[in-house]
Amino acid sequence: MTAHLPVLQVVIPLMAAAVCAALRPARVAWAFAVLVSWTVFVIAVLLLREVLAGGTISYEIGGWAAPWGIEYRIDVVNAFVLLIVSTVGAVVLPYAGDSVEREIRRDQIPLFYTAFLLCLTGLLGITITGDVFNVFVFLEISSLSTYTLVAMGRERGALTAAFRYLVMGSVGATFIVIGIGLLYSVTGTLNMVDLGLRLSELTATRTVPVAFAFLTVGISLKLALFPLHLWLPNAYAYAPSAATAFIAATATKVAVYMLLRFFFTVFGATFSFDTMQLGFVLLPLALVAIFSMSLVAIFQVNVKRMLAYSSLAQIGYITLGISIGTVTGLTAGILHLFNHAMMKAALFMALGCVIYRVGSIRIEAFHGLGKRMPLTMAAFVVAGLSLVGVPLTVGFISKWYLILAVLEQGWWPVAALVLFTSLMALVYIWRVVEAAYFHPSPTDEVAAAVREAPLSLLIPTWILVVVNVYFGVDATLTVEVAGRAAEALLGVPR
Amino acid sequence: MEFLVGHYNYWVVVFLMMLGFYVVISRTHMVKVLVGLSVFQTSVFIFYISLGKIRGGTAPILIDGPAVYSNPLTSVLILTAIVVSIATTALGLALVVRINEAYGTVDEEEIDAIERADEAAVLEAR
Repeated sequence: MTAHLPVLQVVIPLMAAAVCAALRPARVAWAFAVLVSWTVFVIAVLLLREVLAGGTISYEIGGWAAPWGIEYRIDVVNAFVLLIVSTVGAVVLPYAGDSVEREIRRDQIPLFYTAFLLCLTGLLGITITGDVFNVFVFLEISSLSTYTLVAMGRERGALTAAFRYLVMGSVGATFIVIGIGLLYSVTGTLNMVDLGLRLSELTATRTVPVAFAFLTVGISLKLALFPLHLWLPNAYAYAPSAATAFIAATATKVAVYMLLRFFFTVFGATFSFDTMQLGFVLLPLALVAIFSMSLVAIFQVNVKRMLAYSSLAQIGYITLGISIGTVTGLTAGILHLFNHAMMKAALFMALGCVIYRVGSIRIEAFHGLGKRMPLTMAAFVVAGLSLVGVPLTVGFISKWYLILAVLEQGWWPVAALVLFTSLMALVYIWRVVEAAYFHPSPTDEVAAAVREAPLSLLIPTWILVVVNVYFGVDATLTVEVAGRAAEALLGVPR
Repeated sequence: MEFLVGHYNYWVVVFLMMLGFYVVISRTHMVKVLVGLSVFQTSVFIFYISLGKIRGGTAPILIDGPAVYSNPLTSVLILTAIVVSIATTALGLALVVRINEAYGTVDEEEIDAIERADEAAVLEAR
């Protein structure tokens, strides 16, 4: 049984999605989806434990040996990403039960869970597979279901947001296919490890740099790296709360993982960073993303869109860590993958609580909520502080390692920028805090009826808030795993 | 000349790719954008299939004696990609139908104008 865990990780949610579409009423579909997400979470934990203890797992789909068959290959890097994705899924789905009932038409709710499980399947599949074409297939499974999830938002803007995301996402995915095709044309293999071996033997061909360029641009589109980020703010702002919390915490993280996989395992660090000078491309883009997106976030009226812009800045931090290309830099990037997933999911879930009771997430809607919804706003504040990078939260751990990595290179101005943009994060989080705690609530009847969100929403939100604080106080596990993942990617022996 | 004629498929691929991509970027009518996207994706299909084809190669079946055969893998991969492309186009068109119901237009510029008017109305109401 345990020998088949790698394939079960993907097959269980895939099969369950089909079953879920047939389940009525909505509550049954929800309970089923929750059960599936917890199973997936347990499998991810088991896989990470097995990898940490026994090293890389290789699983041959259908018994066909790699490189001819499809291989699922799990090392520390993707075991960690699997854990991030399945944790967020396992926390967001219980939360979705009540949240979705307010935001989605009743007859569409089972379909929402179907799309959710398909999205989970796709993201887990991208992460677990060791075959580049398989990556594309799972990428499209996750993308198509994400477009559907976004389009289910209650405002009509959700439809245009989903359409624009579909167009840009498909262009990105097609770029990735072109890159994979070019790689196949020079190596004749689709297996990542095999590709890595054969590409390292190749010298001076024009095809490989072109493939590299197509893949970088395609994945950057999925990653929403500045300036390819235009689809993201509206998609996050209009999607149903539970969907936003899940997508914001996982989709871009998995894209970052794809970037890492292609740069380090397939092309190799030497080719990516020395021949192609990747650092010089990513670094300026990351810095511009961090600064400009934090600035834009400060001026948003819609708090959900504000957090979407903040996500773009946070993606900048992750890319900054990767662009440094050292073990510390990568550790910081991978660490922030986990930390940002936890803080952003918590923030978006707190917003979902506000939508549940107040029905709006414009900044004026927060007036007086500090009194009326104390637990929700407290969760928002703690997760917000984590976003800023205050000590005792996970945000601090990420910023600490990022600044260490930057200073290792002697890049003082970059370190200063990281600190300065953290203050900008404080500004935009403070705007919400000010509205919630220092503005009197409106006196009309509608506002008077606003109460604390139900426990079914609060408990999942607070679980993530506690995770934010726990791994902020004791980061040994996350730092250890992120460090080992970085060493594995760079091929540094322990 | 040999270079031009010998790579006939690839010139078609490059032309379709640029054409499709240009349509995606330049058009504001949503259905036209989807048409462009389909052309763009189709060019990649032809690219993959061209990679696997060998002139004079047979189908990859077991026959007596050595034989030159075309690589079947690229065609198989593209079967998958075609399914994906159909799903994308279908989902895109479904969204266009819903957008038309919600806005009464499928032109991105007109929708932008409606959204701006909506936003202005919200600010006015405050």
